[in-house]
Amino acid sequence: MEHGSFSDHSKSTFSLSDEDHTLANSVRFTLNQDPRVAFCGYSIPHPSDARVNIRVQTTGDSAREVLKDACQDLMLMCQHVRSTFDKAVVDYKLSKPVKDMSIEK
Amino acid sequence: MHRSPALDMPDVPKGQLPPHIELQRTRVLCNFDAPTHTENVQYSGAYSSMGVDNSLRMDQFCNNFRVEVIRLSEDDMEFDMIGIDPSIANAFRRILIAELPTMAIEKVLIANNTSIVQDEVLAHRLGLIPIDADPRLFDYLSENDTPNEKNTIVFNLHVRCERGGPRLTVKSNELKWLPHGSEFPLATENTTSSSTSKPKTYTSFSCSQDSLPEFSDKSIGPKHPDIIIAKLGPGQEIELEAHAVKGMGKTHAKWSPVATAWYRMLPEVVLLQEIEDEKAEELVKKCPVNVFDIEDIAKGKKKATVARPRACTLCRECIRGDDWDKHVAIRRVKNHFIFTIESTGALPPEVLFNEAVKVLEDKCERVITELS
Repeated sequence: MEHGSFSDHSKSTFSLSDEDHTLANSVRFTLNQDPRVAFCGYSIPHPSDARVNIRVQTTGDSAREVLKDACQDLMLMCQHVRSTFDKAVVDYKLSKPVKDMSIEK
Repeated sequence: MHRSPALDMPDVPKGQLPPHIELQRTRVLCNFDAPTHTENVQYSGAYSSMGVDNSLRMDQFCNNFRVEVIRLSEDDMEFDMIGIDPSIANAFRRILIAELPTMAIEKVLIANNTSIVQDEVLAHRLGLIPIDADPRLFDYLSENDTPNEKNTIVFNLHVRCERGGPRLTVKSNELKWLPHGSEFPLATENTTSSSTSKPKTYTSFSCSQDSLPEFSDKSIGPKHPDIIIAKLGPGQEIELEAHAVKGMGKTHAKWSPVATAWYRMLPEVVLLQEIEDEKAEELVKKCPVNVFDIEDIAKGKKKATVARPRACTLCRECIRGDDWDKHVAIRRVKNHFIFTIESTGALPPEVLFNEAVKVLEDKCERVITELS
């Protein structure tokens, strides 16, 4: 849900339900890295409700687009993390039998 | 005094921060009283007045990000993630603890319980037993669904302690898997109904679970066979049926797939001055985890070196006392995380981490579809 003004699309607050610090802090990080963003932050109105408000203010672009790009960046980062992790686990498993053999000698 | 603009500083290379600011940006200084510079400078324009771009471009991230596995066994793993921000590392930790599904016992149908352990206490203990079943093969069971072979695992526990015999300890290996579903008949009103082929039970399994290809080679049961459930005296009996369903740690901690998962930042111990001879011996003795070592240099003099900074527990014993904090600096590297994951056994830890990253991707995708 977006709360913004009809005339100015560069500033608005997005209210996400069923979310908490897990997603909000990560999205806030990727938003901050975007040079189009002037201000971004998140708040949790009440800890018992699973609801997060993310505020985005940009230097002219539509806040909705900037938030979408930030989520896309986060997805790309996750995919890269996954592939790097899988490769590291495979490398470790391949190198471990060699280590075991050298101990037995 | 003649002030030159910051961009014209001749000794600072273009696009690089001066070393003291780079230290502030990338290291937490663990001083004697409190850590400083703990905040993360995330804003892309933070150093724009110096002409340095603080934003993280994807290609830079992909080049600098590294994962190194230190230890990997069936139940736990320790690995390093280098080049990632704490907010994302924390998101992975939170997802590992609370948002990965597992199977755990939820409904307990008690036919007979004459032990001194109360019904609800027994049911609570049964719920906390880790079950060796891959949760990805099951569906969630909601209020309106009927329990069937795709969303429920049924266990049976029937123990009896004989009169005149010794006390009996009920361990988790007494929980027997029932692949055909529940065996307790439902109490129906119509007692004069003709005997049909099968009475209705609490679950409606259309086919036996061990006929499904996934379970044909491995039977489902508790992960550890020696967990004590209850103790029985002579003449006491427990007969019950336990139904396990899929859930997440968010709802109840019994559904958490990790014993725990945690991370710490890599400690960095730096000797600010040369430490020789007796001071070196003193330093090596001070550290309880042997971070320092003595190195013999020429002319019989001894010098202290940092041998194992990774083992440092930040007890700050080496900077206690007069003036030691001018000789030794303890810091933490802000983007190097030592992750440890201890699994309860349903899934191996590397699979758990993979699933956790997938969950974060799904959350992003949900937000993107909601926004478009």
